[in-house]
Order: sequence, then C-alpha cells, then structure tokens
Amino acid sequence: MSVKKFVVGCFDDEKVLFPAIKNVRRAGYKIHDVYTPFPVHGLDHAIGIRETSLHTAGFIFGITGTATALGCMGWIFTSDWPLNIGGKPHFPLPAFIPITFETTVLFASVGMVMTFCYLCQMMPGVKKHHFHPRATDDLFVMVIECTEKTNETEVTSFLQTNGAIEVNVQEAEAGWWFGRYDKQQKLYRHEEVGY
Amino acid sequence: MSLLKYESQLREPLVDGDKDYHQVTEDICRPIETKPTRLWYIGFTIAVLLLCFGVYSVYREVVYGTGQWNLNKTVGWGWDITNFVWWIGIGHAGTLISAILLLFRQGWRTGVNRAAEAMTIFAVICAGQFPIFHMGRVWMFFFVLPYPNSRGPVWPNFASPLMWDVFAVSTYFTVSLLFWYSGLLPDLATLRDRARTKFRKMFYGLTSFGWTGSTKHWQRHESLSLVLAGISTPLVLSVHTIVSFDFATSVVPGWHTTIFPPYFVAGAIFSGFAMVQSLLIITRKVLALEDYITVGHIEAMNKVIVLTGSIVGCAYLTELFVAWYGQNQYEWWAFRQNRLNLFSPYGWSYYGMMFCNVVSPQLFWSRKLRRNIAFTFFMSVLINVGMWFERFVIIVTSIYRDYLPSAWSTYYSPTIWEIGFYLGTFGLFFTCYFLFAKFFPVIAVAEIKAILKTSGENYKAKMTETEKMDADKFYIEEVEHAH
Repeated sequence: MSVKKFVVGCFDDEKVLFPAIKNVRRAGYKIHDVYTPFPVHGLDHAIGIRETSLHTAGFIFGITGTATALGCMGWIFTSDWPLNIGGKPHFPLPAFIPITFETTVLFASVGMVMTFCYLCQMMPGVKKHHFHPRATDDLFVMVIECTEKTNETEVTSFLQTNGAIEVNVQEAEAGWWFGRYDKQQKLYRHEEVGY
Repeated sequence: MSLLKYESQLREPLVDGDKDYHQVTEDICRPIETKPTRLWYIGFTIAVLLLCFGVYSVYREVVYGTGQWNLNKTVGWGWDITNFVWWIGIGHAGTLISAILLLFRQGWRTGVNRAAEAMTIFAVICAGQFPIFHMGRVWMFFFVLPYPNSRGPVWPNFASPLMWDVFAVSTYFTVSLLFWYSGLLPDLATLRDRARTKFRKMFYGLTSFGWTGSTKHWQRHESLSLVLAGISTPLVLSVHTIVSFDFATSVVPGWHTTIFPPYFVAGAIFSGFAMVQSLLIITRKVLALEDYITVGHIEAMNKVIVLTGSIVGCAYLTELFVAWYGQNQYEWWAFRQNRLNLFSPYGWSYYGMMFCNVVSPQLFWSRKLRRNIAFTFFMSVLINVGMWFERFVIIVTSIYRDYLPSAWSTYYSPTIWEIGFYLGTFGLFFTCYFLFAKFFPVIAVAEIKAILKTSGENYKAKMTETEKMDADKFYIEEVEHAH
C-alpha cells in the first residue's frame, strides 16, 4: 500500500450527498470511498460499485456443509462402523436431516462471516486511516483520490459549492496495517469540531 | 428500510424527542462512557454472588456425583432438564427479533434487537450448562462430539434426538453470536472514535476490527445481515423443534405427541419475549433510554406475547383433547391422574401453568394494559414462571409415575444443590447482562440512525406537508435515490 493524497468533503445530510456524488462523478473525479455512519440505501449504486457476491459465497459454504454432514454420517454408519440400531437402515436419511440442516447453517454462517472479514480486511488489531472521526457518528464523508493531474483547490471549491460543510486535503495510507488505536489516533474531543 | 422517505403519521414514532444523528450517538453511548450508577453495582454484586453459589453447587455435583441431586429411579430428568428447556426457550426471542422481524421489515425491531440478541446468547450459555453437568462425568463431555478417536473409533448415534440437540444448540449459539457481533461492529467503531481514555481506545479498537463505515463494507454488511437473517429464521424454529424431539420421539405417555414441535416453538417465543420485556423495562429506565425503547415497542412485544400465548393455550387444550380422544389408556392416565387431578402430587404445577400461560396473557387484548409498563413487567415475570411450570409439568408429571406402580411413592423434590445450580445460571445470566450493558451499546446505534428520518418523532411532525402532496409530485420528490 502506498500513501496517497485525498480531498475529503464532509456532508451532514444525505439529501445533499446524493446530488453531490452525481456531480462529482460527472465532473470526472475519482471517488475513493464514501464513509457513512449507517447504511445509506442506494449509495452503492450512486458511487458505482457492483453488487456484492457475498451471498454466493454463503451458498457455496452452505452446500459444503450439507455435503460434509451427509457424507460423514453416511460413511460412518455404512462403512466405518455400521451399528445395528433397532434393525433400522444403516443410512436413515430422515433421521439425518436435522444434523444436515444444522451443519449447513453452521458452515454457511461461519464461512460468510469469515469471508466478510477477509473481503473487508477486518480483524482484531487491524488499523485503518480515518478521514474524519465523525464518519461513524453523524457525517457522510466523501473521499476523492488525487492523481498528479488533479488540482486540489479546484476539487475543494467544487465540493464546497456542492454542499460540503467541511473540506480538507489529507495525505494518507489507503490500506490497512497492524496498529493500536490508543497510540496513533488524533484526539477528537480536543479538536475544535463545534461541540 | 424502504425506498420511501415517508412513513404515515398514523404510525407511532419509533424514536421520541427532538433527535438528530449526533444526539442518537450521544444518548446511547452515554451509559458506556460514564461511571455506572449505584444500582448497577448493587445488581452486579448480587449477580456475582448468585454465580458463586451456583459454582459451588456445581462443584459439589462434579466432586460427589449426580447423587447430590434428588433424581430417582423414574425421575431421571428433574430440575436440570427443566431448566435447560426453559433457558433455551428464553434464548429464542433474540434471534427471532433480529432475523424474522428483519425479514418482515418491522421497524420497531431496531430499538430492541441488540439487547435481545445479547440475552439470547447468555440464555443459551446458561442452558448449555444443564445437559453438560447432567452427564455426571463432565470431564468426558467431549465424547458427544463426532471426532476420530482411539476408542474404535466409537461414533455418537446420529439418528438420536439427543445428538441432534448437541448440533442444534451449538450451531444456534455460534450463529447467534456471529449475527450479534457482526451487527455490533459499526457501533463499536462509533465508540472507538469517541473514546477518550486509553483503555477504551484499545478495547474498542480491538473489538471493532478496524471498521471504517466504507460504502462497500456497508453493502457487504447488509448482504451478510440479510443472509444470516434468512438462515437464522429456520434455525430458530429448528432448535426448539429438535428440543421437543427429545421428548416427542420417546414412547413415554405425555411426551409421545406430534404436536410438540410447534407447541414448543410457540412457547419458546412466548417466554423469550417475556424475558426481553423484563430486561428492557429495567434497562430503559436505568440507562434513560425511554426515547428509544418506547411504550410503542413494549406494546408491539405484548402483541407477540398475546399471540404466542394463545397458540400455547390452544396447544395445551389440543394435547388434552387428543389424550382423551386417542383412547390410549396410558396417555389418558398421564393427563387425568398426573396433571388434571388438582390433588395429585404435582397437580398444582399443571394449574399454575394453565393460569400463568393461558389465562393471564389474555388480559393483553386490552390496549390500556398492553401500554401499562408496571403491569407488563409483572406479566413478563408471571409468564416466565408459567413457562418454567410448563417444562416441569411436561418432564416430571410424565415420568414420576411410570408403568410400575411400586415405584410411585417416590416423590421428586430438588435438593439445595439443584436449586443452587439454577440460581447460579441466573447469576451467570445477569453477570453477563450487566457487563454487556456497561461495555456495549444496548441499542443498535447505526440501525436507529437508519430509521430516524422516517420514524423519528421530530421528522414525522414535519410530514404534514408531504401528506398533502399529490401522488406524481410525491413520486418525483420523495421516492429516494431511484436511479
């Protein structure tokens, strides 16, 4: 990962944010990301990212669970150690359904959560750069990535005319690293943020 | 959340007071960032003391064996399995609220789901203790797990309902934990970004996994919640169904009934909601969260209680009718002599159950009583007492008189260590809950923000203008982001 330059615009209303995103994209600037305190519906389409395929991963994990459960129980009861339980069949499918179902759910959910953490690069001890500490509170933070050709003052004024309440330019590491939030974080209360 | 930025004013607001996004964060994070009250310390101390008594009771059981309990020749399952089923039933409300109500798009879920899910996890932990210690040689509990071993290998019987139970309960615990924790991540990040002390920065920094609130992450998060809700819904129903199979697949009169699965599931939701009521009525008061857990939320849960209570009542009567109509003399004996007969040794438990679970919830048909907080609290405790009686009736009255009349004189009553074990799980449950309420947000902050502009009181008040608008104009201006 490398350190890049970003123009950061903060919005306090999603009604202002959406037209701003439209204008920014129309003007040809590259939106790095938009950080929001809660899921804003339609925002993913507005900034033009594709649908997630996480549910497909969930389906694959689920099927794996089904196959594992049926395969293991079948192998154990028919070939590894066949038991005579009241003269019943060695492969009693109806009696295997509950465990098969539970294993399917278990594999699907554990697998999906792990995939989610992997895709989002999240785990305990991971640290990421925060463009604005209020992005998890009440601000919608739009981050525009600068290239060599970008004129920062132009982008800044562009964002301001589009309703951003606060705009600044930051040089930041775009990826993640191992770090501690108590060591490397700017204090948010001690800044003059208006309350 | 729908695409509409509008919700009828006829619907009660879900968030009271003049709130904006920042105020929501402040209100919910305040109890975590200030010192706990005296009440919190008193409650926590009582819970820890109960837990210690429970640990000592269990210690005696482990060292001296299950003889410390009054289980006898016919009553092999007594208080322990009763308590297991009771706790696991309570553990059904959380995932039901967060999964089924998410699929049904019920907005009021957002105020109560976080605390209810936490309650689910703690209740399942408590439930799990009973069958594990009931094994007697608890240090060999891992024998129930199917793993290649040097004893043959000897595998567990996968066709046995008790084995299904192992899978169901452990899967339920894992999935509930993942669901709860993935929902917590954004709120822990909020706390991390507000943290001022070194400990809080480190603790919430670690627990929030580096969440930033990126759009792509939210998109995946939404997808994850939806799929987890989708697969948790049948899971919730399956868990208590499988618990009921422990009984229903046997040939014991009083247990051998096909109605058990739906009857158990309805009972579980019934008792789970009652426990959520008991906890949240106290929580909202102590943490001053009345604006987020409103009387409307309490009423909505009371409606679920009256519905599931009626299903349970219907199941009791159906079961009774079929016992008579089925003309199986053993089945009818179990009902007529061991339950219906008030003067039989355990007749009181059957009538206690009928009163608490069938008669008393019917009072909730009255809107006035549904919205009465003190009455709701009283009822929620009464219902959980009733649901404990239900499990006691099912287990003990079915087995204390078996096919051999010479064994009938043995009356089962618990020893102090059996009661201590039960009290100990209360201690465990409340210790966990108190710690949860101190260190984690008891309300889903991000989810409240997502519904704030449609269901907040101050935003709803501004919607009179919108209501006068004609349909075409409304569609153009208020149907949001239909790109």
